[in-house]
Amino acid sequence: MDWLSYLNPLMQGAWVTIRLALYSTLLGAVFSFLFGIGRLSRSLPCRWASIALIEIFRGTSLLVQLFWLFFALPVLGQALGMDLRLPPVVAGTLALSLNIGAYGAEVVRGAIQAVPRSQHEAAKALDFTPRQTLWRIAIPQAVPEMMPSFCNLAVQNLKDTALVSLIGLGDLAFQAERVRNFTQDSVGVYTLLLLMYFGMALVLAGLMRLLETHVGRWRAKGA
Amino acid sequence: MLFGIEWNTANDWVFAWSILPILLRGLVVTIEATLLGFVVGAALGLVLAALKSVRVRLISWPARVFTEFLRDTPLLVQLFFLYYVLPEYGLVLPAFLTGALALGVQYSAYMSEVYRAGLESITRGQTEAARALDISPLRTFAVIILPQAIPRIIPALGNYLVSIMKDVPVLSVVSILEMLNVARIIGDRSFNYMVPLTLVGALYLILTLVASAGVRILDERLPKRGIPLH
Repeated sequence: MDWLSYLNPLMQGAWVTIRLALYSTLLGAVFSFLFGIGRLSRSLPCRWASIALIEIFRGTSLLVQLFWLFFALPVLGQALGMDLRLPPVVAGTLALSLNIGAYGAEVVRGAIQAVPRSQHEAAKALDFTPRQTLWRIAIPQAVPEMMPSFCNLAVQNLKDTALVSLIGLGDLAFQAERVRNFTQDSVGVYTLLLLMYFGMALVLAGLMRLLETHVGRWRAKGA
Repeated sequence: MLFGIEWNTANDWVFAWSILPILLRGLVVTIEATLLGFVVGAALGLVLAALKSVRVRLISWPARVFTEFLRDTPLLVQLFFLYYVLPEYGLVLPAFLTGALALGVQYSAYMSEVYRAGLESITRGQTEAARALDISPLRTFAVIILPQAIPRIIPALGNYLVSIMKDVPVLSVVSILEMLNVARIIGDRSFNYMVPLTLVGALYLILTLVASAGVRILDERLPKRGIPLH
């Protein structure tokens, strides 16, 4: 078997995939909190905007979003007289993080709402402002509850990165496709590819579990 | 022109209206792939769930690892694998069937967990009570466990139906003419990607909102305490 000769291009692709997964997971976490807290906001425009964005990015397919940002946005930009052509990396990261962020927003919202009412009442009694209550009381207790779902979403996001190969980004799936075209060894290349994704997902899940135990300390003692 | 239907690029609204019938053709393929993928996934998931629940470790462990493997690898790669590797072993399927099979294989892993969770949510006490009443294990499963598990399983499966629908555009890579692929072809030929892609997004949004509402209604209508047998 000349599997070793595949490794070099596949490793290059894997590195692109890892970076892409990292950026989009981090940005996705930011969007999760932004949309999730926005949904709970008392200001009506803020709440509606968050609901609309969550529904749009959860309700349509990721690939549609990716193609829209990559192919349709430049056309819209032209009509508006702006240059909205995004490089594949930016379009890919943005689509992945908005999509995963919309799913994450529901996790954030659920966890914040699950913080017991008594905590809010106690904060009010101690004259905390709503902002202090959110950041100092609700969120630190909610984050540990979010972690198992975030772990699933991170793995989901890693899998979704394979789709960016369709807008020409040289990630793992893209490089594998090139190697297969070159060597015609479908069985070898795709078996290796599946195993590489599996390995990366296992490592990612392990890392997320470490993070989970780390933030587990924030749980209220004796609650 | 696509499927023998001309479009009119006078302005964006006229263009959108003229390509709608073409996109709806794609939508039919999307729905067909969704339903076939769902049936395959539900059946394979049941097999996986059964294998995982076998007491013999030699059987249950490989099934567990395989489920994890299916869940942790991208649909796109599984699709490529099936599309290029199956023919090398003499199994040549039409692209549409390969695509639906890939959807089914990926989701069988998720669905097997739904079955397992649904069955395990019925307390052990009920099985023990049935045994105490000398009801045979098969009858216990069919008359006691299953009627209670089904109302818990169906809404969860319904959510995966919606997820499958959102994953169908991936099948466009093996040149299946589902909705997104149709929109791209229109974009390629008319040099206007914005209208067809936005329209696809809007159609998806309507479809998933309707389907999610349907699942919610189904969930409310299903008897929580089990399907009455008499």
